[in-house]
Amino acid sequence: MEEDKKILEEATPSETVETAEDLHGENLGDRVKVLSPGMMVAKRFFRSKLSMVGLVTLILLFVFSFLGPIFSPWGEKETDPDLVVESATPRAIEYIGEDGETYVAYDISITTDIAKASPSWEHWLGTDDNGWDIFTRLMYGGRISLTIGFVVVILETILGVILGGLAGYFGGWVDQVVMRIVDILSCIPTLPIMLILSAALTSMGILDIRRLYYMMVVLTLIGWAGTARLVRGQILSLREQEFMLAAKCSGLSTGRKIFKHLIPNVLPQLIVSMTLGLGSIILTEATLGYLGLGAPLGTATWGAMINYVTQGDGIYLAEYLNFWVPPGICITLAILAFNFVGDGLRDAFDPKMKR
Amino acid sequence: MVKYCVKRLLLSLLILFGVSVILYVLVRMMPTSYIDSLLGDPTLADFEKRKAELYAYYGLEENPTFKGVVSGYWDWLVNFLKGDMGVSFKYNQPVEDVIFQNMGISFTISFISLILQLIIAIPLGIKCACNQYGKLDYTATVLTMIGISFPTFFFGSLVIKIFALELGWFPVNGIQSSLPVDATGWEIFIDQVWHLVLPMFVLVFLSIGSMMRYTRTNTLEVLNADYIRTARAKGLSEHTVVYKHVFRNTMIPLVTTLAGILPGLFGGSMITETVFGIPGIGKTAYDALQAGDIPFIMGYNMFIAVLTVIGILLTDIMYAVVDPRVKLGK
Repeated sequence: MEEDKKILEEATPSETVETAEDLHGENLGDRVKVLSPGMMVAKRFFRSKLSMVGLVTLILLFVFSFLGPIFSPWGEKETDPDLVVESATPRAIEYIGEDGETYVAYDISITTDIAKASPSWEHWLGTDDNGWDIFTRLMYGGRISLTIGFVVVILETILGVILGGLAGYFGGWVDQVVMRIVDILSCIPTLPIMLILSAALTSMGILDIRRLYYMMVVLTLIGWAGTARLVRGQILSLREQEFMLAAKCSGLSTGRKIFKHLIPNVLPQLIVSMTLGLGSIILTEATLGYLGLGAPLGTATWGAMINYVTQGDGIYLAEYLNFWVPPGICITLAILAFNFVGDGLRDAFDPKMKR
Repeated sequence: MVKYCVKRLLLSLLILFGVSVILYVLVRMMPTSYIDSLLGDPTLADFEKRKAELYAYYGLEENPTFKGVVSGYWDWLVNFLKGDMGVSFKYNQPVEDVIFQNMGISFTISFISLILQLIIAIPLGIKCACNQYGKLDYTATVLTMIGISFPTFFFGSLVIKIFALELGWFPVNGIQSSLPVDATGWEIFIDQVWHLVLPMFVLVFLSIGSMMRYTRTNTLEVLNADYIRTARAKGLSEHTVVYKHVFRNTMIPLVTTLAGILPGLFGGSMITETVFGIPGIGKTAYDALQAGDIPFIMGYNMFIAVLTVIGILLTDIMYAVVDPRVKLGK
């Protein structure tokens, strides 16, 4: 990074002093701590309380989602057999037989009801209407919700960096074409598009986990526009700086200039926007889940679990708080944590913020 | 300036064209066919005949072919340019009529929320910036962050549960309760306002954060400027410095962001309106999406896209209007 070079240059004189000091049998390097820019960023980041709170929350959420199920006695779709109530109320059916006599037959078919357990030692957050343990499903839901966030953000960053980098570096018609596509994508309302997609998937008979893959693809295809805009803007200004002239004079190839010299300079902004983007992808997934779309039926995601609010004429909203409040809290915590971390990173990367 | 505006307008048209193509193709792929829901029982005798008739009536085909979609798009585009967005399947009215009928309530809610948001967010942002890292700053930052992070539907549901169901202070949803026949206009008005308190509270609480943080960042930047040091050096009171010199310059970027609010202001909010059961434009559009109402989905989304494009355009022009240092080039 350009910033790095400056600081490293400032740091080198201390090394020459060091050799002079060696004569006295003392190493100055032990007393003067030379911080690399990365370490300075880390130091600034770890000093901020809010970003630490965010980081710890994220780690906890990840441990909860990815390691939690190992320790849980219940499965994602495992009905607690104790809760299945089988009732057989004999129902009399009278009919007249061929011989003219009246017969009475009894229908003793068994109806199964599944009791919704309230929170207890066995089921920490109770069970839902399928007899599935909510606390365990929360863990499995976190796996999917967090994974979707990461996959989409990484994919859209790759796409955005490549296209934005090309647009910013070459300018001219490449820039025009890429930026017009970006403009078009940023004018398309995301939610209606996702609703349409979801309906399309349902009718094509895609009801299993592949729905989530398609969703991720579409979210990526819509989402790269923001990253591309950011990368292009940065590269436009970086391209005019001296170190790029130096790179040109050294006869570096175009690819090397873009990906080795320009992109690393955009990295701080990229990391910040990726962190904040993670939160918004999780929110989008949750919103779709709330509307009853997205995840296949029965699969636990935080969004799908909160969908209970809309069901049963508001009975779940009013009576079964343990159904929808915990996933809601998880979603909010995850987004909040990503926002805190993103904010902390922004402040840490930006030396101007130091007042 | 004029040349710049003309160029941008032409570009906007190109963007809108692109948006409409993508939307149309997607909407036509949508198989939740409105016609299937009309047909009902497939065992009836004249089922196939009625099906063919209905498809012909609505100008659609059962299995969209490439040619069919292209010609369908062309018809739609020609009509759209003439100002005719077609007749909504679900609401049986011209699309533009449906949009304008339902826009009022959405606009009222968004507009009042926006005003409240401005009244709270801007002074708070400035206060926080003036006491950076103070107690107020930390509290406000954390609170607004929580506001930004809350999903609308979750916060809305919580608010309904607490204030409507538990405490019973506000109605659960809708915009009007059943009133006696002889209710005066004033009573109806109060009743409606009462219904809108919760949705507006949700909207304001959730959107205050970004604006407050924006104000705070800008104020911090302005506070570091040389002319503020000059103002202080010539002995102006802190009050004058903050409210005359800082405040006005903080407003520059804020005014420009206001133009970007346009789509939200007129387009309603799908989720909030769905949660609270408000018959605004957002809920109407959601219902239309569920029903597969092609003309309305196209009309509504294009309406939003046009507003977005105008919003972006206004933002850029506002920059030049508000800040004399900015010149629109090329």
